[in-house]
Amino acid sequence: MSIDDSPIVLPDDPSFGPEVQVDYPGYRSTRWRAPDRPLVTLPEELHDPAGPVFGDGAVGELDHDLTAGHAGDPLGERIVVTGRVLDVDGRPLRSTLVEIWQANAGGRYRHEVDQHPAPLDPNFLGAGRCLTDDDGRYRFVTVKPGSYPWGNHENAWRPAHIHFSVFGRAFTQRVVTQMYFPGDPLFEFDPIFHSVRDPKARALLVSRFDLATTTPEWALGYQWDIVLGRGGAGATPFEEDDA
Amino acid sequence: MTLGQTPSQTVGPFYAIGLTWPSNELVAAGTSGAVELTGLLLDGRGEPMADGMVEVWDSAGGRWARSGTAPEGRFSFVVVKPDAANGGAPWLDVYVFARGLLRHQRTRIYFPDEPEANAADPVLSALDERERQTLVARQQRASLLFDITMQGEAATVFFAH
Repeated sequence: MSIDDSPIVLPDDPSFGPEVQVDYPGYRSTRWRAPDRPLVTLPEELHDPAGPVFGDGAVGELDHDLTAGHAGDPLGERIVVTGRVLDVDGRPLRSTLVEIWQANAGGRYRHEVDQHPAPLDPNFLGAGRCLTDDDGRYRFVTVKPGSYPWGNHENAWRPAHIHFSVFGRAFTQRVVTQMYFPGDPLFEFDPIFHSVRDPKARALLVSRFDLATTTPEWALGYQWDIVLGRGGAGATPFEEDDA
Repeated sequence: MTLGQTPSQTVGPFYAIGLTWPSNELVAAGTSGAVELTGLLLDGRGEPMADGMVEVWDSAGGRWARSGTAPEGRFSFVVVKPDAANGGAPWLDVYVFARGLLRHQRTRIYFPDEPEANAADPVLSALDERERQTLVARQQRASLLFDITMQGEAATVFFAH
């Protein structure tokens, strides 16, 4: 292993809070891509326009079920992943779009660039979407994704994860992130997971196994809440949440 | 009680599986005022970023559109110049997502046919000339051109979240 290929996991630093750095030496792709000039702060009053509003027509009835839509069932451990989209004050964000994508149970993405020698599954695409309900809840049915190698450094493997994209109510609430599974032995070696320097913030990326969500004789259940920033004026709901 | 905010993680190289959107039109092509907006997403070496994704938001109109970047790093949209807010210049908000970006980056597109409004805009005015130029699209025949450069001498201005 050359020095350039060494995984760099920087020490924990709670002072970073939930904010991620824009450049992180352990994750090599940041080197030529992360902005190298200071970010410009906008005046506060211009800060936060409203985000898009999604109607029921934005998603199909089975779009939340990644195991559906093929000739047979996908291979792997069937799981239900559910949770609420909230703001930091605990208010549920209703009718917001949640989009996910993931590798199959063998750790292979259905994407031409992914050449990991694990099998594709003809019964699994790995994409889903849904709108949150009145409690801010989303729910997906899928299979647990496998870990996979990614070439960032010698013997680099990603912990199992599902990619999430969430809109929220306001422009600044938009987030794209990754959900992990509890107890993954690869956490300590993964520079993407560790790009979040605060261990408490990092823990917010890990779902919780939940027996109550687990469906007997059918699927294991995981709970994962997604907490968005407060947003500005654009995030103010048109109606009172308590009404 | 305040809840901890979920941190961002990179969109990674395979977002197209889940985030491919059927349309890149902020407004339907043919709508009055609709114009093609296209550009390149470039890294700090000037190399095209072929696995990136760009979203443009007309926040005043509650509209947004999404485009992946083609192999040469090109994204393209059908947009319309939004209404100007608070007497400033009109702009579109832009989010850039890519492998190697731990969090999406935020910038703006201003319009080249609004020199007076741009000159008076409080955000543009606070930048130096080079920086200002990176935020104003160029007119090329019927299209607007707007390249996004992540680093270096030509780096686009990005805004803090």
